Amino acid sequence: MTVFNLAIELAYWQQTVIRSILGLVAVLLPAGTLVYLYLFKMMSFMQSRLGPMEAGPYGSLQLLAEVGKFLQKEDLFPRAADRVVFKAAPFVVLASTFLLVLVLPAGPDAWFINIDTGVFLALAVSSISVIGILMAGWGSASKYSLIGGLRAAGQLVAYELPLVLAVMGVVIQAGTLNVQEIVLAQANGEIFGWGGIGNPFIITQFLGFMIFLVAIQAELTQPPFDMPVAESEIVTGYLTEYTGMRFLLFFIGEFATAGIFSALAATFFLGGWYIPGLDPTSNLFNLIGPLVLVGKMLLVSFLIFWFRFTYPRFREDQLQQLAWKVLVPLSLVNIVATGVLKVVF
Amino acid sequence: MVGFFFSQVQGLDPLTSDEVLVAQNVFFGLIALVMILAALKMVTTENIVHAALYLVIVLAGAAGMFILLGAEFVAVTQILVYIGAIIVLFLFGIMLTKGSFGTEEGEQRERNRMAILLGVLIVAVTSGSFIDSFRDAELNRQAPSTTADIGDTIFGQFIIPFEAISVLLLAALIGSVVVARRDQ
Repeated sequence: MTVFNLAIELAYWQQTVIRSILGLVAVLLPAGTLVYLYLFKMMSFMQSRLGPMEAGPYGSLQLLAEVGKFLQKEDLFPRAADRVVFKAAPFVVLASTFLLVLVLPAGPDAWFINIDTGVFLALAVSSISVIGILMAGWGSASKYSLIGGLRAAGQLVAYELPLVLAVMGVVIQAGTLNVQEIVLAQANGEIFGWGGIGNPFIITQFLGFMIFLVAIQAELTQPPFDMPVAESEIVTGYLTEYTGMRFLLFFIGEFATAGIFSALAATFFLGGWYIPGLDPTSNLFNLIGPLVLVGKMLLVSFLIFWFRFTYPRFREDQLQQLAWKVLVPLSLVNIVATGVLKVVF
Repeated sequence: MVGFFFSQVQGLDPLTSDEVLVAQNVFFGLIALVMILAALKMVTTENIVHAALYLVIVLAGAAGMFILLGAEFVAVTQILVYIGAIIVLFLFGIMLTKGSFGTEEGEQRERNRMAILLGVLIVAVTSGSFIDSFRDAELNRQAPSTTADIGDTIFGQFIIPFEAISVLLLAALIGSVVVARRDQ
């Protein structure tokens, strides 16, 4: 039950406090890192410019400046807005993010919850954010918001299917829904009798990994799947009427979810907190596991942001067709193939 | 919050131990209270979007109850199916069809009468059957069945009903496509 294998036994309330603080860190730290490293710096370099340079060395304090700017802004409400729904919407989206981080294991004993239905829970709570987005779209009482909210909901529902189905291949191969056991299955796996690097599922589930990446890109409503916030048509979709603090909450939610989805992809396909050559039960992993996981997360989110800065936007019908006519059939084929091979071998 | 419940269940193993669990009872009371209030607001509110959102609270409360009982699989299914799919469908449908809802007085009264009748009937039938079948039996405290057990049961003992339901759903799906489609 201990978060880290300390010599002292912690009381239940102490564990809860530690878990809560670490959960907060696990949500905010990736969000900040991704925004600074990729959104500020990498995008700038890809466009042959320097990005923020003024606040702190290499603009490293730019994040604090941005947060300060948002906090100073006036909290505006549209006159016709449904105030309660409008206010609650960003918190529903953030709640989904905070629940999602719970299933991530970062070491043999370093986890928030270790339950049999981990994968299932992750996929279930990620769908809660749709309600928050619909609340934002409807509560703003603006047609841009409503159209954006409906587009976002349609997109999120459509891409949830390939997301779930892509993970099914991993679940079949590992033979468990428990996230921790999926990591261990990869750590203890063998490739044709050779266990040198374990068996990261990206090798056997490469198709699943690609589908998962495309699906999380769409779930995050990032370019090229940013039709719900297409600025040339509907301002910023469901975010149009939000200012200051509430906009910041949506923004943190988006990038934190990007980090957590990347970490989930790293856990399902790249071996999670495990690095080859060490004993997966060793206590060392409780210390370096989180760092390994963050490293793999940065690798996956690099891909996500690379696509984000590279491709132009899909049209609404192309976007739906990609989900229903390409990704869903492909992932079903993947499941059948994995199932057959699982029985054969 | 949910994480708190989960660790609660794991740490104390309430389903196999005989001790009285204060925290569990307190949370049961809290969740029940919130659920009842939200359910009352849901049926009395004039705004149909608010009604759908109150329903979210009721369903989330039900998921919390399942977690308190150690039935995490049912709880997660509750979240995935009811909150993640059905409520989203409700909201989607409401927002696509009408913006605001004016109520016609006569129609409303008729509907209220039917709703009250239906509510009384449901309470009578379900509470009657519950009381009749359980009487003074005590809750059988045992370790909850695992996800693997549930999978084995569904795909072993109940494979035919399971497949029959999927054929039924497919029929409904094809039917809706046929109804919605305009032939050219």
